[in-house]
Amino acid sequence: MISARSQNDRVVPPSGAPATLTSFTAGAMTFLAVFALALSLASGRLAERWASALDRTATIRISAPDDQIARQTKAVLDVLATTPGIESARAQSPDEQRKLLEPWFGPDLPLTDLPLPQLIEVIEAPEGYDSEGLKQRLAAEAPGAVLDDHTRWRKPMAEAASRLRLLGYLSILLIGAAMAAMITLAANAALSANAQVIKVLRLVGAKDSYIARAFVRRFTLRAAAGSAVGALAGTIGVALLPAQDAAGGFLTGLGFTGAGWLLPFTLPLLAGAVAFVATRVAAFTTLRRLT
Amino acid sequence: MLPLVWVTWQACEVISFENAAYSYGGGELLSDISLRLAPGSFHFLTGPSGSGKSTFLKLCYAELAPTAGRLTLFDRDVRSLTRDEVALTRRRIGVVHQDCQFLDHLPLAANVALPLTVAGRPSVAADLSDLLGWVGLGQLAEAKPPSLSGGERQRAALARAIIMGPDVILADEPTGNLDWEMSLRLLTLLVELNRMGKTILVATHDLNLIRQAKSQLAARVLRISKRRIQLAGADL
Repeated sequence: MISARSQNDRVVPPSGAPATLTSFTAGAMTFLAVFALALSLASGRLAERWASALDRTATIRISAPDDQIARQTKAVLDVLATTPGIESARAQSPDEQRKLLEPWFGPDLPLTDLPLPQLIEVIEAPEGYDSEGLKQRLAAEAPGAVLDDHTRWRKPMAEAASRLRLLGYLSILLIGAAMAAMITLAANAALSANAQVIKVLRLVGAKDSYIARAFVRRFTLRAAAGSAVGALAGTIGVALLPAQDAAGGFLTGLGFTGAGWLLPFTLPLLAGAVAFVATRVAAFTTLRRLT
Repeated sequence: MLPLVWVTWQACEVISFENAAYSYGGGELLSDISLRLAPGSFHFLTGPSGSGKSTFLKLCYAELAPTAGRLTLFDRDVRSLTRDEVALTRRRIGVVHQDCQFLDHLPLAANVALPLTVAGRPSVAADLSDLLGWVGLGQLAEAKPPSLSGGERQRAALARAIIMGPDVILADEPTGNLDWEMSLRLLTLLVELNRMGKTILVATHDLNLIRQAKSQLAARVLRISKRRIQLAGADL
């Protein structure tokens, strides 16, 4: 069987610019696809991280004259203690508030001289709480208290991350389509360059499927091999990016985690499938034009 | 002697034209052709250059289809054949061209065995070797086609044409590039194949070759004149 296949493959001359172009194209496109894949996965992780960090937490900010702060804080904590769906609530200490402001104002901030609001950190129970009801109760018990359930932060960030992920997947699709187009062109060039081979094969009784198969196998293997090299190079490139902890920014989180490192190596299979379909369509289209 | 493995006998009608014509680019190249090639017959086809000999041969192996009338190959109307059926029909017809083409990257033996390869049939090394020996190319099995002389290429093309044991052998100016000695050698091979029952049609300008053949067997001569095919000379 293998011998027959290799015999079939031999009817097409082994070398040629179109075949080399196919390997190169598949390699380059896969290299780019690895980064697009890494971007998609990283933005997905980012969206989850942002969502989980802000999810189930809320902050109540109390802005009131100094002599009322303590009373309103107690009132808010009392309200929260009797509100269904609140797991815990606690007022932040002056030290905690100083640490929050430290990145902007430095460590020597005279906190007592500033009219800072009192912050209360609220942890939501899994079943959740009635946000509107809580706001109304707070307005009645502590007029200076404002509930921030993080929705206005979380929603746009999650949307941005989701769109970034979508862009990544769209890029992979476009890369696949561009690869299919280029392999189709290369296959057409190969079919034209091998017009004499095709003529001889048809003369001796080869069916279209036989001739197409010889070209399809050649291009599929070339594309898969080129893509494997591209996937390896792309994966190494992603692995060499700075670790996330080192700089903490979004781009440093670009990469794969766990079994995700195996994902780039599924791209050669996809590239092979793309090449298979593209070459088969090109081959049959060309052969049907011949007598 | 040709090894028996390549010898088959055909029972049905091989090639039949009924009022067939072929037009191209608005002009009629062949008109009103009615002709039957009986199994085991030997025909020469003559006519001036450009008279349509090659076109006629292309009709005979279904590279072209008649634009009018009817052409049947092995009792099947050519125009009703699917592309796969055309391919299968060509496996029953061996073709030898003047400018015989090969797959230049493959050795001669692989080129000769090509019809078996595309048909998915195994080529037996001993039979292939016998066939190459029969056409006098036994020593050149591993040679690449570009290194062969004109005569060697013609004999290789003949070997390739008959390896499937075809019912019909069509040759288009097979001796056009050969000296007389090599032409006679090729003719001898064709005559031997005809005696084994193959239907042979040879398009040629070479009247000496025709005379030589007629001295050995009952070959008939067809002539294309004014787009029509007639029996030529004494055959009329």
